[in-house]
Amino acid sequence: MISGAAPKSASVVPAIRMDGIDKSFGAIRANRGASVEVMPGEIHALVGENGAGKSTLMRILGGLMKPDSGHVEVNGRDVTGWSTNEAIAAGIGIVHQHFMLVPTLSVAENLVLGAEPKTRGIVLDYKHAADDVRKLSNETGLVIAPERLISDLSVGEAQRVEILKVLFRGARILVLDEPTAVLSPPEVRELWTVLRRLRDKGDTIVLITHRLDEVVEISNTITVMRAGQTVARVKTSATTPAEIARLMVGREVSLSAGKRVQPSGRPTGPPDKGLEARSLIVMGSRGIRVIDGVSFTVRPGEIFGIAGVEGNGQTELIEALAGLRPVFAGEILIDGADITRRSVAQRHDAGLSHIPEDRQRRGLILEYTVANNLILGVQKHFSSRGIIDSTRVMENAMQEISSFDIRPPNPVLTARSLSGGNQQKVVVAREMGREFSVLLASQPTRGVDVGAIEFIHQQLLDARAQGKAILLVSAELNEVLALSDRVAVMYRGKFAVVMPAAEASEEVLGEYMIGTKKGNTA
Amino acid sequence: MNPISFVTQMIRIAIPYLFAASGGVVAERAGIVSLTLEGFMLSGAFAAVLGTNYSGSPWVGVLSGVLGGLIFALIHAVATIRYRADQVVVGVAINLLAIGVTRFFLKLFFASSSNSPRVAGFGGNINMAGFDNPLLWLGIIVAPVMAFVIYKTPFGLRVRAVGEHPDAAESVGVSVKRVRYAAVALSGMLAALGGVYLALDQHQFTDQMTAGRGFIAISAVIFGRWDPIRAALACLLFAAAETLQIQLQGSHAIPSQFIEMIPYALVIIALAGVVGRAIPPAALGRVED
Repeated sequence: MISGAAPKSASVVPAIRMDGIDKSFGAIRANRGASVEVMPGEIHALVGENGAGKSTLMRILGGLMKPDSGHVEVNGRDVTGWSTNEAIAAGIGIVHQHFMLVPTLSVAENLVLGAEPKTRGIVLDYKHAADDVRKLSNETGLVIAPERLISDLSVGEAQRVEILKVLFRGARILVLDEPTAVLSPPEVRELWTVLRRLRDKGDTIVLITHRLDEVVEISNTITVMRAGQTVARVKTSATTPAEIARLMVGREVSLSAGKRVQPSGRPTGPPDKGLEARSLIVMGSRGIRVIDGVSFTVRPGEIFGIAGVEGNGQTELIEALAGLRPVFAGEILIDGADITRRSVAQRHDAGLSHIPEDRQRRGLILEYTVANNLILGVQKHFSSRGIIDSTRVMENAMQEISSFDIRPPNPVLTARSLSGGNQQKVVVAREMGREFSVLLASQPTRGVDVGAIEFIHQQLLDARAQGKAILLVSAELNEVLALSDRVAVMYRGKFAVVMPAAEASEEVLGEYMIGTKKGNTA
Repeated sequence: MNPISFVTQMIRIAIPYLFAASGGVVAERAGIVSLTLEGFMLSGAFAAVLGTNYSGSPWVGVLSGVLGGLIFALIHAVATIRYRADQVVVGVAINLLAIGVTRFFLKLFFASSSNSPRVAGFGGNINMAGFDNPLLWLGIIVAPVMAFVIYKTPFGLRVRAVGEHPDAAESVGVSVKRVRYAAVALSGMLAALGGVYLALDQHQFTDQMTAGRGFIAISAVIFGRWDPIRAALACLLFAAAETLQIQLQGSHAIPSQFIEMIPYALVIIALAGVVGRAIPPAALGRVED
């Protein structure tokens, strides 16, 4: 079962056979002798932690890059090192994690781009394009109006267009790269329906993911990757999530995202402490209310989780609380003190810590060393008379590196040279390593490997046990559910519901996330 | 003030802007910054005079002028697309290069540091007020034609895709580089026609004769929010302000300096986002890997 080369099936020619693929980017070996075999008409899950080499392998398949060595066969034909156009012509369709759609163009324009129907030699035939889109919509059940602009679509709809786009080009082998990362639970169920329908009509589907529940639910066969190698190929029916997790990480992992230290609903700290928002209104860049009258409190010793499909105001809420975006109306209080008009630095001094959602944009200066990143915002505590005391900076770095298990443990490396998980640990170490009473944790485990997720979750739970007030925003519903005492769902700038986490489930929250249900927001 | 003479003069002033702005729209929609319009115009103007002078035919001048703009456009394209140089820096260099090169050849071919000898042009019937010039009519229709190209043809769709989301275009097999080369080349030829019109209308080339018109055209592109028709309307607006300034000369009601400022003031107002927010093509000026 565990082997470098996938077993050869006797009768059926595999839809995809990749054998001994090597691919390096400078010093990083993304693929090391990776081998995958996908049978026609199956849903094949390619799983592994971030950086395991899944996307690289599929980019090679799609002709977006060439392997350093190894062979690629599609339907029995050697196609090693082919181009994007050859791959498209052979029926390979890649649905990228970051949508490859032009936001200012319509659905139909995006679909025909590169293969435009023409009339009178030079004129783009829009009617023909729209008719083709409608026809394909009807055949696949992926319904979308051809004339709508991509920028007006929801994420789920945009993904529908992505899938339509590759089918439009005649794809019979679909590769979906982390397709559910941005979807709400009902949208995920809809996607499964579509994928099953495509499989049943004979298409081959490769699903890149790191979510084990999905793998088990939808796939027929699983290939596990770790550190650039394919370490296992198993039938889904013959395995368990725990086994897949072990293969992915190479050791036993706890799958439940952290244990509750105390049951929710327990008495929390005094009501006048912690974080409070009163009727908060925040304007977006286009002058509309992205936060429209949100009120809540996060008490000491409590984790208040905010779920929701991205783009419903979570980012702006956190920015407003952190002082990065002006508040139009309403009040923000920390431990009873009004900080609505305070600067970021003043909020820091009032006890606010912030793990930003985008560590590369807001959390770190990638060209700075780990040691310097660890003192960003608190540098004045490491300096005397305006001069930074590098000895203390290094001492601090060594201490944080060891207590937060940042690897490699070298304080003079640039942040850029660390993996995503370790970059995130630097941010977490800085924000949680200092004195604070309120923590804003926005997507704290995004793009982080399983081991680091476990670690960060434990840090949050420890902080909660120490009586910190924690506001958690996450696109990972199971993360919100596992860590929070109370959860809210954000929908179009408002809380659609606020409830104890114990009463919530993915199904219940999912309904609120897409706005089909509205509830009690007290 | 005679309204008919006002409009005819405004149109004549607008023609170089209309050509250059159309060129600017197509290049910028493809993601290439069009600071180069001034240089394309100037090289077009000189090459047109050169061609007309040696052939005696303004039509040959039009062809050589377009070729002159094309050569500069290709230099710009190779530097920014192939060698991924910064588009603004190269753009400035192209403009300076055009001044230097035209000045050098002016000396070489015409033994003058200020102007060429008089060459043939189009039209000339005093009663037609410049409207017997085929280039003028071409200038009037260039914006609608470019609107058609950008919104109704596969090439235009690719231009828009490449300027907004080059990775998406590449992922469906559209060659971003090829589309950008084509767009910059087209932009060079269109802007050059603006210079050709200017030179043949004056029957000579004079040193730095474009006098910042390329920059006014860029402003019109931005003012028109990268749409050919709106950019053309912006060109007409700027031309109207200029006409007003010319026709008000001698009247002391408003100091002419203030009227001369109108086009530039409009640009600043536009860029400050007073007249709707200008959202440029997302990949404009971005260096692609």
